Amino acid sequence: MSVTQTVSRPKPGAAVGRRRLPRWWPLVLAAVILLGLSVLRLVTGADDLLSSGTVRATLIALVPIMLAGLGGLWSERAGVVNIGLEGMMILGTYGAGYFGYHYGAWAGVVGAIVLGMVGGLVHAIATVIFGVDHIISGVAINIIAVGAVQYLASRTFVGLPGGGQTQSPTLPDVQAITIGPLSDALGDLEGKDVFLVSEIAAVLRALVTDLSLLVVLSLLLLVVTYVVLWRTSFGLRLRSVGESPAAAESVGVAVLRYKFAAVLISGGLAGLAGGFLAMVASSNFRDGQTGGRGYIGLAAMIFGNWRPSGLLTGSGLFGYTQTLGLRQGGSSVHALLLAVAVLALALAAYQVYRRQARLGVVLGVVGVALLGLYLAIDEVPGDFTSMTPYVITLLVLAFASQRLRMPAADGQIYRKGSAG
Amino acid sequence: MVDTSAVPQASGVPVVRLRGIGKRFPGVIANDDINITIDRGTIHAIVGENGAGKSTLMKILYGVQPPDSGTIEVDGQTVSFSSPADAIKSGIGMVFQHFMLADNLTVLENVVLGAESLHGIGAKARAEIERLSTAYGLGIEPDRLVEDLGVGARQRVEILKVLYRGARVIVLDEPTAVLVPQEVDELFANLRELKAEGLAVIFISHKLDEVRSVADTITVVRRGTTVASVSPAEVTSRQLAELMVGSELPTPSTEASTVTDRVVLEVRDLTLAGENRPLVDDVSLTIHAGEILGIAGVEGNGQAELVESILGMRAGVTGSVVLAGEDLSAASTRVRRESGIGYVPEDRHRHGLLLDAPLWENRVLGHQTRAPLVRRGLIDRGAARRDTERIVEEYDVRTPGVGVLARALSGGNQQKLIVGREMSGDPLVLIASHPTRGVDVGAQAAIWDQIRTARRNGLAVLLISADLDELIGLSDRIEIILRGRLVASFDPDDVTPETLGSAMTGAGGAE
Amino acid sequence: MIDRLDPRLVRLGLGIAAPVLAIVLAFAITSLVLIVAGDPVGEVWSTILSWPQPRNQANIINNATVLYLSGIAVAIGFRMNLFNIGVDGQYRVAAFAAAAVAGEAWLPGYLNTLLAIAAAVLVGAAWAGIAGLLRATRGVSEVIATIMLNFIATGLVAYLLRKVAVRSEGSNSLGTKQIPEGSRIPGFQIGDGAATEVYGFLFVAVLVGAGYWFLLNRTRFGFDLRATGRSNSAAVASGISVGRMTVGAMMISGGVAALVGLPILFGDAYSYGSTFQSGLGFAGIAIALLGRNHPIGIALGALLFAFLDEQSNPLQIIADVSPDIVAITQGVIVLTVVISYEVVRRYGLRLEQARVAAQLRAAAPVDPSGPTESSKEVSA
Repeated sequence: MSVTQTVSRPKPGAAVGRRRLPRWWPLVLAAVILLGLSVLRLVTGADDLLSSGTVRATLIALVPIMLAGLGGLWSERAGVVNIGLEGMMILGTYGAGYFGYHYGAWAGVVGAIVLGMVGGLVHAIATVIFGVDHIISGVAINIIAVGAVQYLASRTFVGLPGGGQTQSPTLPDVQAITIGPLSDALGDLEGKDVFLVSEIAAVLRALVTDLSLLVVLSLLLLVVTYVVLWRTSFGLRLRSVGESPAAAESVGVAVLRYKFAAVLISGGLAGLAGGFLAMVASSNFRDGQTGGRGYIGLAAMIFGNWRPSGLLTGSGLFGYTQTLGLRQGGSSVHALLLAVAVLALALAAYQVYRRQARLGVVLGVVGVALLGLYLAIDEVPGDFTSMTPYVITLLVLAFASQRLRMPAADGQIYRKGSAG
Repeated sequence: MVDTSAVPQASGVPVVRLRGIGKRFPGVIANDDINITIDRGTIHAIVGENGAGKSTLMKILYGVQPPDSGTIEVDGQTVSFSSPADAIKSGIGMVFQHFMLADNLTVLENVVLGAESLHGIGAKARAEIERLSTAYGLGIEPDRLVEDLGVGARQRVEILKVLYRGARVIVLDEPTAVLVPQEVDELFANLRELKAEGLAVIFISHKLDEVRSVADTITVVRRGTTVASVSPAEVTSRQLAELMVGSELPTPSTEASTVTDRVVLEVRDLTLAGENRPLVDDVSLTIHAGEILGIAGVEGNGQAELVESILGMRAGVTGSVVLAGEDLSAASTRVRRESGIGYVPEDRHRHGLLLDAPLWENRVLGHQTRAPLVRRGLIDRGAARRDTERIVEEYDVRTPGVGVLARALSGGNQQKLIVGREMSGDPLVLIASHPTRGVDVGAQAAIWDQIRTARRNGLAVLLISADLDELIGLSDRIEIILRGRLVASFDPDDVTPETLGSAMTGAGGAE
Repeated sequence: MIDRLDPRLVRLGLGIAAPVLAIVLAFAITSLVLIVAGDPVGEVWSTILSWPQPRNQANIINNATVLYLSGIAVAIGFRMNLFNIGVDGQYRVAAFAAAAVAGEAWLPGYLNTLLAIAAAVLVGAAWAGIAGLLRATRGVSEVIATIMLNFIATGLVAYLLRKVAVRSEGSNSLGTKQIPEGSRIPGFQIGDGAATEVYGFLFVAVLVGAGYWFLLNRTRFGFDLRATGRSNSAAVASGISVGRMTVGAMMISGGVAALVGLPILFGDAYSYGSTFQSGLGFAGIAIALLGRNHPIGIALGALLFAFLDEQSNPLQIIADVSPDIVAITQGVIVLTVVISYEVVRRYGLRLEQARVAAQLRAAAPVDPSGPTESSKEVSA
């Protein structure tokens, strides 16, 4: 039947002039962002752009997006598209709620991972064993997860103190780290309002004040993902399965087993993302808590070109805009508008310099328009900040897709014995 | 004529022996009683027509599919492979026709994949790759991305992959199909090197001249069965071909010329840019009513691209296409086909048919704008069915009815349906790519007859084929295509397949 | 034995077997969940599978009408191998547009209704067309694009709603202006004294279903669309402009999706507010799959889903079970239906090949090459 065929995804052309970025580019990027935001604050006077509160909130907003994106990364690197991330996250929120309440915070973390893996298991069985179209299976999982969690919540949380059909009782906290004296000292420094110094202090302060262990663990998982996928033979095999399953099978790699494992891990990470939402970003499980973050995670992964460093950048960007939007961000986002306008104009100049006149003109027009918008309005409505991740992803896909390199066999259904 | 026991027996136990191998798929017998003996230090060729069962046999030998019957012996021991991993363990390595490489991984990653336990995935593996590369003169850089490599280099990576795993038997499936002549020579030099080291090479091909030049023993497979094992010195290419086909080779006989001086298709300076060099390079050709123009060339020299450029299926084509005085250079594919271009595609499954649609819907395909099938934007099912029944009748398509899915027909009957359909569109010119590839002998003769009849009736035909006898038998003129250019022109009346063959590889001089 | 039956009968039988198998499997899995959770399985099913009251019947038909439109919208994409996950966003922007236009009442009576519907269809088609255009010109996956557009639609409509909203008297919810009475689409009663009326929009849905069937199966456009869905490469070779078809199919899909919110808008809500029902697009995917993209199959699928939704409502009171259990059933159906169709398709193909071979053996000298290619399909 027609829909079980592969749904084709953007096929990147041969990368022309592709250059590998040096390994230290994230550091440079971070420094540039820090400097840029400092300048922006100076110019626009938007004080909340990089306060320690904003940084903290951004970290909290970033982690679930990043974890969901990591889930997507594992699965898609093995060639299985996973739009069921949202559903697996939802299962994770419930897992954290149920196990966290009954057995303590870390049991909640484990519960979230396990329930997410149950979602991954369904996806793996459907796509890997039965060859169901990956998108269809993902949609099904999202439908099932919503229903299952509502059903289970009303079965298990009604009658508990503070619990009900749509929410769990308050959950215990995962430990958080604060280095008291350092935090205070950095707080003082941040308050001094010195160009750049205050910003650096704000970032450092957020890292030593009430930092949830789960945030640390999640960032570690990003590093672990990189090491496992790119530095071990397990990872090589897993990636080969996503790039060319026929080639992998021809040299004796058990393709389906690796896909299965990847989707299970993917589910676990998405579940953890849900657990984080319930236990760290909030204090209990609530129905509808994920709010589409599974999809934002997917978007962050695409934005990040199916790589961990890019994913971190993407989730940072999306988490940051989300945070600004929530923290009376009208003025902050307004300030960002200026930054984007300047960035567009700079890129336009660069393209013209590279004799890419057409692209340069387009970018120039965009830059001028944004600049005009910046001058014309005082505040960006919250509805637009919430759209930012999706608009950015669409733009990236539309205009930079030749720079994106998704796993070559992503989304394709593979049956054993297709080699040769 | 051929003595099957005349194979030179090397001393000792054969490295691989296949006995009575059989394999069935639903409705088809792919392999039936295959018997082959391969000695170490030899190059053993396996030849056969497309669809003769060579690929299935190789998949069995490499553990991709299990045989239904028969035994495989390696070094005298009976083995059974449940996966390629088992075959690799027994020292059998495979170089597939379609390379089994992941483009977005490096050469190193591709080589060590699946064999990480040998030398890890790091520095030791890199050293080993460099050692092998030097030892066999393969010239491979481990850290390049595979997608940046050319065809010849990719094939060497595949060979290195096999060597890296310590293979003693290397199977190459149609290795020369994708290579240009110099690369073929390099490959053969590499193979002789391997043979000198005591490895056994199994070389699958249907290019008989190449086989005779490189192989020590040739086994012929026909309809899933091994019919003979011969030594290349004892047979001519023609005898081999007859063994492959199983009867006197049907040769289309040339008929009296029907060429008129009315130009039907005129192509000028057609160029299609590619990544590095043009895929179609400044091609000009003219076909008259009643004329068949044959295009000969080694596969992958721009034949497919030329056809698709003429049909308007490719973006970025420059030059002009004029059909019976009408300039179609800027027209869409649909307009071109409406104007009278019939098309028998090279790959009927990808381009010619809707496999999961009934035959009558396939009759409409490509003729969606034409009466009687379609009127005022509406499909006339009755008319389409009736006309399909007419084609089934006239072109001898063997099917129980026109409501059957195209997938259920055999290759020959699918092809007859396509030819019938294209002739029904009253074309001025027919572009036929490999019209008889992979069809049985009966259908082949029928299709030749139809093309010849149409030619008598004033049809202009552009015939692309890899079958040189077919080209010589049917064409009024033969052009050679090499790297996207038309490089030579021959009169089929005084040309031999040998001359054509050397011209195709760029060795022969143009007239 | 089977091969001696009329092949059309066999095909029909297989066609019915697949969804039945899928539904039975889904019910079994749901029962398993109930048993594991310790809920009364028997009571749940006896509640759900009872004959609905007239009031419930009307609700079921109304719900099914909405789901049917959603299913058809998705099915149009499916026939071309396009995955329109964006029905949600498309009907959201379209329903908002229709409500805003109808609320202004520029034209009198039903002319106003027609204008509003036209506005909805245009907006829905344009919104889906963005994804089509991105796919055709930039190669962007329509799956990702429509997901992103769903969220963008949510934000955009929320913003616009705040711009045009009026506060209706006695309530503090935001909404567009009420549609004047003369422009509403009246419902009708089924049975005696049922409190709920059936949406008059039902007839539009029936027309859409008939139009879908006609367009796909009788017109050249439909042929081109199906051909592209079956084989992109063969479509290109036959002269179909795949890019144009992609944009066209997405726009038609979006145009139908635009209608999804309208039965509720013109028959019940009369204005677009922040509480307007969402999430109907994903159900449409399930229903299109269940109904095999066939207009009647989709109708049956929509009725089944609406039936499950409506009949599960009293579960909480009667059996102390959350009605959300049927969402599990519905989600599981999506998976089981795909799997069982695939199993049945392969079985059917094998039957057909065997039949063709048998008939040819009987009729003529055997074609020695046999259906070689089809064997590849089975094994690969």
